[in-house]
Amino acid sequence: MKQQFVNNAASSVPRVRFGSWGGYLPWIIAIIVVAVLPLILKSSHSVSMLSQMGIAIVFALSYNMLLGQGGMLSFGHAVYFGLGGFFAIHALNMVGDGRLSIPLELIPLVGALGGLLFAIPFGWVSTKRSGTSFAMISLGLGELVAASSLMFTGFFGGEGGISGNRVTDITLLPYSYGPAIEVYYLIAAWAVISAALMYLLTQTPLGRMANAVRDNPERAEFVGYNPRLVRFFQFSLAGLFAGVAGGLYAISYELLTAENLGAVASGTVLLATFIGGVGYFFGPILGAMLITYLQTTLSTFSEAWILYFGLIFVFIVMFAPQGLAGIIMLHRPAWKAGLMSRLLPSYALAVIPVLLFLGGVVALIEMGYHFRTNYDPSEPMGLFGMKVVVTQVMPWIVAVAVTLVGAVLCRLSFRRINAAWADVDAILAGEKR
Amino acid sequence: MLELITFSIINGVLYGMLLFMLSSGLTLIFSMMGVLNFAHASFYMLGAYFAYQISTFIGFWPALFLAPLGVAVLGALVERYGLRHVHKHGHVAELLFTFGLVYVIEELVHMIWGRMPVDYRIPDALNFTLFTLFNTSFPAYRGFMLLVALVMFASIYLILRKTRIGMIVQASLSYPEMVGALGHNVPRVFMGVFAFGTGLAGLAGVIAGNYFITEPGMAWAMGPIVFVVVVFGGLGSLPGALIGSLIIGIVQTVSVAMPYSLADALRAFGVELTREAALADLWFLELSRVAPILPYLLLVLMLIFRPRGLMGTRES
Amino acid sequence: MTAIALKLTDVNKSFGAAHIIRGVNLEIRKGERHAIIGPNGAGKSTLFNLISGRFGLSSGTIELHGKPINGLPAYEINRLGLSRSFQVTNLFHRMTVIENLRCALLWSMGYRYSFWHLVPRQKRLNEEAERLLEKIRLTARRDVPASLLSYAEQRALEIGATIAGGADVILLDEPTAGMSATETEQAVELIREVTEDKTLVMVEHDMSVVFGLADRVSVLVYGQILATDTPEGIRNNRAVQEAYLGTTEAA
Repeated sequence: MKQQFVNNAASSVPRVRFGSWGGYLPWIIAIIVVAVLPLILKSSHSVSMLSQMGIAIVFALSYNMLLGQGGMLSFGHAVYFGLGGFFAIHALNMVGDGRLSIPLELIPLVGALGGLLFAIPFGWVSTKRSGTSFAMISLGLGELVAASSLMFTGFFGGEGGISGNRVTDITLLPYSYGPAIEVYYLIAAWAVISAALMYLLTQTPLGRMANAVRDNPERAEFVGYNPRLVRFFQFSLAGLFAGVAGGLYAISYELLTAENLGAVASGTVLLATFIGGVGYFFGPILGAMLITYLQTTLSTFSEAWILYFGLIFVFIVMFAPQGLAGIIMLHRPAWKAGLMSRLLPSYALAVIPVLLFLGGVVALIEMGYHFRTNYDPSEPMGLFGMKVVVTQVMPWIVAVAVTLVGAVLCRLSFRRINAAWADVDAILAGEKR
Repeated sequence: MLELITFSIINGVLYGMLLFMLSSGLTLIFSMMGVLNFAHASFYMLGAYFAYQISTFIGFWPALFLAPLGVAVLGALVERYGLRHVHKHGHVAELLFTFGLVYVIEELVHMIWGRMPVDYRIPDALNFTLFTLFNTSFPAYRGFMLLVALVMFASIYLILRKTRIGMIVQASLSYPEMVGALGHNVPRVFMGVFAFGTGLAGLAGVIAGNYFITEPGMAWAMGPIVFVVVVFGGLGSLPGALIGSLIIGIVQTVSVAMPYSLADALRAFGVELTREAALADLWFLELSRVAPILPYLLLVLMLIFRPRGLMGTRES
Repeated sequence: MTAIALKLTDVNKSFGAAHIIRGVNLEIRKGERHAIIGPNGAGKSTLFNLISGRFGLSSGTIELHGKPINGLPAYEINRLGLSRSFQVTNLFHRMTVIENLRCALLWSMGYRYSFWHLVPRQKRLNEEAERLLEKIRLTARRDVPASLLSYAEQRALEIGATIAGGADVILLDEPTAGMSATETEQAVELIREVTEDKTLVMVEHDMSVVFGLADRVSVLVYGQILATDTPEGIRNNRAVQEAYLGTTEAA
């Protein structure tokens, strides 16, 4: 499988067929899904999760403008998200005071402006360098801004942050945006528009040259481009879209704190984007949705969600560096050639071993957390529908045994998958020539 | 005032030596393997926790040796079963791998030792005042930390200068490609270097964990500073790491003790500012409150004006 | 007397103590095909790197159409109409063949850092890219990532990317190195075709290529130009025979 991932790193630029409906189809489907989803998932928890996903998607896509498209590994992208958010919340408060008159629907533009405003000077400084140096500067700038935010309490509100009220009575459409569902549709609209714009950016000369500079900055110079300026423009635009996401956050949560621009927020967007897959436009969307789901849902019934999240990330870095999107796109040639039937049986065989292994690992982690964090570890805990007492030895033995058996079976079943892939690859190669 | 400055500098040097225990390992790993180990401070944290755990069973002194050893073994395992597989995907993938490791290690620490600080204390044998200068007492443990750091520094120096392994390491510092060509088992050298570097970080954790606080946040608090140090001093340069450590250590410690602001400085030149002046937040910001950002400011300035760092030879 | 496209005056380059280029004076006439030959380590590639702005000079001047270009960054030199290929293939490896060509065309077609044009909709750009694709005979490999091309195909794409921007002075660094005899023949044909009406400077080891393509030949030995003459003149030059040709033939 590994070889596959490496080969697949190649085709990173999505192609559009303008003029035919084919290119628009994914977008139309996406818009329908976005519009219909809250009608299916009606609970307030789901609606707030969907809103959060919308924000995370915009943020992750903007991050991928750096990492995936421009080859810039940033450890400080939340700076532009957070600053955009602070600008937006101040704008909200000024609208509330009557000092400003911006309809709520356009507040994310204030965020965009805030993000851009800081991305320009910071980008000018950091895009001078690339590679590891760039990463270190972004880390330094991120820490710098995060630490400064606690100093300049006038703008950042200190520990408590700045709160606001999104119901300003100045709107374009006849909605108050008090109810969560109205906010959801506002966020969804902005998310779709931002995603479409960011997609179109990949198709522009700047977007293409960003890929070129990522692949080979020296060659880019010899076709007439200054790599530093390409990185700088790409960086500034990424800051702008991060600001949009920050503005949406301000509207949705009505509270911005220093945490929003700190290292943890920067790290989260990096992890989400990479897990989703940096090589494909839709990768960060998957990553943002997954991480938001883990954050909002898993965190309510497992303390260990960050650990799962970290483990998924490490796994992806080690075995599938093209992310979830890469795993999906890996199957495209086989799908097109109608060869999925050769792969699926081996996958089906692997389902039970994988579940066993994961189940064992999850059980160990959950039991460990229960043992350590509960006041009374001997109190029974629910695990996969069973009642388990973690102070006894038996559950641990069972969990370890299940994990080990799962691991061994996984090894065996993955051999089958590799064989199936070798088979498929051979057929695909045979057909080509 | 003299007292303040003297003690600030002593403490700065001490903090700098601690930073050097981390940055020297990080530098070795980077020079040999090209890996910027983001999780370096996580191994430092593990050192503190291991030492805490071991000292609850058999006391501090065995822990002083066993905990770094345990961290080194863990580092070797991480290299062997993790990093080595990522190597073929390039340096960015390696950096990302160690970045993910930060999360995993922090959460494992949560799981095993909980979210609260643990009660890891200075051993009684070292819990006394070494000397008193201008009415301020100097705890013996600080002297001990300084001693450990110096002994460690001397041993690194001797290992690098006098042993065959040291020769190989030094050769790799200057000519990374050559060492493999000369028939040395590069993967095993890598594993050894990674274990050694993380072990040093573990040792720093052992002696600093009880002096500061041993808690799950200590890795995030220390990690970026160590990065600042190695980039500031020059990636891949051991003397640079030493100088960088001392400068950052002293700058941070001294600035924390300085309750002066730009407004005070201007007053010395006869310019009087009031709280109503434009940008008052900035003018009245005391140096002591700016202290946390100074290292990052230095880092960014250094990368802009001298990307190689103070003593560095490579750009990135 | 024909106009001078490229003029090097007293060009020197040292790396530390190593004095690689020792006072090169060279005039490349407009429209000629000029080959630079010389033994390994003579500094041919270094000379190219100096002309194209990859390295800075230690001393001397380089003029392109009478304008000094030394000290300019590579992209500025490129915009003034000088383009080069690389000895080691140097492409946008994750992008497809057609994308490589498009990127090579963008600047010369005036798009600069535009983020408001959509590349797939730029008719003239795409036609030009397809035309180039046909010219370098890679139409069948249009959508293959550059990293997956065969060696000869990558070399062809390298040439395509080099001429794409419409530069009138083309530097080719060992365009046929490592190719089989048939591949070399095709490459020579391609080079002849695409450098029609342009000034070509090439470093080349294959003497049949040199004598087949070049109007004039310069011999670079130990960082100095030993002689510049027609291929016939070079062949009969005693000093060159001693310093260079003799040794190659013996080898």
